[in-house]
Amino acid sequence: MARAPLLRIGKLCKSFAAPVLTDIDLAFDTGEIVALTGENGAGKSTLSKLIAGLISPDSGEMLLGGERFSPRSRVDAERSGVRMVLQELSLVGTLSVAENLQLGAIPHRFGFIDRDAMNARARAQLALLGLDSIDPELPVSELGIGQQQLVEIARGLSGDVKLLILDEPTAMLTAREVEELFRQLALLRGRGVTIVYISHRLDELQRIADRVVVLRDGRLACDRAMAEVSHDEIVRMMVGHDVHEDEDRPRRASGRELLRVANFSGGLVRDASLAVHAGEILGLAGLVGSGRTELLRLIFGADQKSTGDLWLGGRPARIRNPTDAVAQGVGLLTEDRKSQGLLLGQALAMNLTIAHLSTVSRKGWIDGGGEERTAQQWKQRLRIRSKDSAQHVDELSGGNQQKVLFARWLHRDCQVLLLDEPTRGVDIGARADIYAELDALAKAGKALLVVSSDLRELMTLCDRIAVMSAGTLVQTFERGEWTEQALLAAAFSAYAQTMNMATDKAAS
Amino acid sequence: MKQALGLPLALLALVVGFGLTSEYFLTRDTFIAIANDIPALTVMAVGMTFVLIIAGIDLSIGSVLALSAGLTAVAMQSWGWNLPGAATLGLACGLFCGTLTGAVTVAWRLPSFIVSLGMLEIARGSAYLVTDSRTQYIGGAIGGLSTPLWFGISPAFLLALAIVVASHIVLRKSVFGRYLVGIGTNEEAMRLAGIDPRPWKVIVFALMGSLAALGGLMQLSRLEAADPNAGVGMELQVIAAVVIGGTSLMGGRGSVLNTFFGVLIVAVLEAGLAQIGASDPAKRVITGCVIIVAVLLDVYRNRRKRG
Ligand SMILES: Nc1ncnc2c1ncn2[C@@H]1O[C@H](COP(=O)(O)OP(=O)(O)OP(=O)(O)O)[C@@H](O)[C@H]1O
Ligand SMILES: [Mg+2]
Repeated sequence: MARAPLLRIGKLCKSFAAPVLTDIDLAFDTGEIVALTGENGAGKSTLSKLIAGLISPDSGEMLLGGERFSPRSRVDAERSGVRMVLQELSLVGTLSVAENLQLGAIPHRFGFIDRDAMNARARAQLALLGLDSIDPELPVSELGIGQQQLVEIARGLSGDVKLLILDEPTAMLTAREVEELFRQLALLRGRGVTIVYISHRLDELQRIADRVVVLRDGRLACDRAMAEVSHDEIVRMMVGHDVHEDEDRPRRASGRELLRVANFSGGLVRDASLAVHAGEILGLAGLVGSGRTELLRLIFGADQKSTGDLWLGGRPARIRNPTDAVAQGVGLLTEDRKSQGLLLGQALAMNLTIAHLSTVSRKGWIDGGGEERTAQQWKQRLRIRSKDSAQHVDELSGGNQQKVLFARWLHRDCQVLLLDEPTRGVDIGARADIYAELDALAKAGKALLVVSSDLRELMTLCDRIAVMSAGTLVQTFERGEWTEQALLAAAFSAYAQTMNMATDKAAS
Repeated sequence: MKQALGLPLALLALVVGFGLTSEYFLTRDTFIAIANDIPALTVMAVGMTFVLIIAGIDLSIGSVLALSAGLTAVAMQSWGWNLPGAATLGLACGLFCGTLTGAVTVAWRLPSFIVSLGMLEIARGSAYLVTDSRTQYIGGAIGGLSTPLWFGISPAFLLALAIVVASHIVLRKSVFGRYLVGIGTNEEAMRLAGIDPRPWKVIVFALMGSLAALGGLMQLSRLEAADPNAGVGMELQVIAAVVIGGTSLMGGRGSVLNTFFGVLIVAVLEAGLAQIGASDPAKRVITGCVIIVAVLLDVYRNRRKRG
């Protein structure tokens, strides 16, 4: 192309304790969508944060529209039209959706917040992503994490933007929300906005991106037109070897029933019943906000159910709180790793062993050597990338944080494991590792209940898939019976019904 | 975590600085005076370190100190109790106050700031009631705790030192300490990891109350009297020492050993300023500045580490 690129990056370097990015040379043209991918810890988020002004480079330079660009802060970058949607959620939980959407530019009259204007503007922003159902006056903390992610994206889409960076925006979104997002991104591209799109879902990247940039160990491994490279090639450039995901597996042999819940209600969830057997992986599919996470939390005792009975290993059991659950061999890997999983500011080893300290302590005293060995074992087994086991988890990349939490529950060795988005943010190679671990758990006779927004993931992993829609379990599919269409149709079914009822009411 | 060198260096600088300005500072008497002055402050600062680590705060400790000391004195003077009985009663009283603060905080999910503010008033009022609003003299009855053993060092100082060492090890090496750090870092994450934070939090406040009572006994033994006004404002002095020692008010980070350095810095500052003839108001201004500088240094250190 003859025209000068929108953003040119030259010899950009950044190191923390060790070099993270080395000599990055890149150019982004006006109105293109660039896929940025690479292994966990390759430096994608770091590169984005450099561009968006959250951190500053050690050396190298950036030119935006031909002029030197060295933003001192995120706000500074936003003033130049460079916006970023962070990998980790950064909304203010106590503020309303509308306030969060317009943080920094809240409309006011005579020094007072102009609530009507603010809410109207928020509704327009939400409508862009088809989020008409979210009330702009609701405090953000009352939204599910998937919805929070959508609000965060909506904030990024609005305003005067020339370059938009999305750091794993779809890690927790289901097909429907992804469609809405892609429609908006196409519109933005049409208006000449440049988009950098970070994701580990290669099929998404291939659908939307014009160009693909792969980082490997902080260096540029590939920068080519998307049409020129195949799926397998990208995978090889990312992880250095082929990765096979096999959807056509026979159903696992399942044993006795380990978990049964009957007529669970509470919050969004109404009258949910299901059973998981030893050696079996049961999937839980549904749209964002359909109550999947809530159901897991009710089973685990993290939230109080209003009704429902529970059996563990065939015997009636009571789980009043998570402590009860864990004591009886039930674990929950939460979806919101920052606020509900990680002990930020503490060592990797501590994060890993905290749920099962008895394995690394004697008579109430921690065995430092034993803890170090345990941490090293898990670090190698799951290929967690960190300086050492004392490194604080907030310094790890998103995917590596996820692996730490996954390791925490593997180490706990539960009979029944509830997993909410177990592969959130992990790269293709690590995802295969996690699948293998889950498969091994099932083979060892554990019962697993997996929530995922990625239908393909559930179809790869599970022996049965139960579909949730608007808080109820609508249908359960056996392996071999399901198709993507059938699962999606089931996920929509209860919403379609309420819509029909609403139109019926309106008509009568 | 590695022991930072900043605090010992700051302490050394203070000692050298005062040594240069006042010819009487670098004498045995000064150090003995400091050593015998700080036991109460030290044991309470140890307790406060634990409280801050779980992201709580206890403002009632000055009052609890006065109440426990008052109760012990009255039991000996007016009710004719023997020393062990009366001392046990004082400690039990501190334990009770702390447990109550902790239990109410946990049961109703209130900020400990508010609950302990209530306890501050309750314990102070009770101290007046118990002592009839009069200073209770007990003579040398428990002087043993502060009679110098060797080189002018009292058993109280040795006890405080032992508590510092033991608590430091507990916080670093025990499962209990690990849980406290986890709770202060992310209470919800701990709950979801299957660890119920509530009993641990109550234990920490109970410990704090008991240590405040112990501080009361130490003062009682040294002053030979229980003043219902004892320990007014002491909670702030204790928190200042802990914060100078680098413990975070946000929870999850702190060290008992560093707290001890914080206590020493506060005590040396106090003694040194008095010796060079600083007025009381000037002393307070300077101490205030030191607190702010200490916190700034801590913030700066953390930022630089994060890059
Ligand atoms: N503040 C920090 N201090 C030390 N190291 C850091 C810090 N932030 C990032 N790193 C390191 O830099 C490397 C790159 O991290 P980055 O978050 O950019 O990876 P990423 O490509 O976004 O990975 P993911 O796919 O897991 O999100 C990691 O090894 C990480 O440990
Ligand atoms: Mg990242």
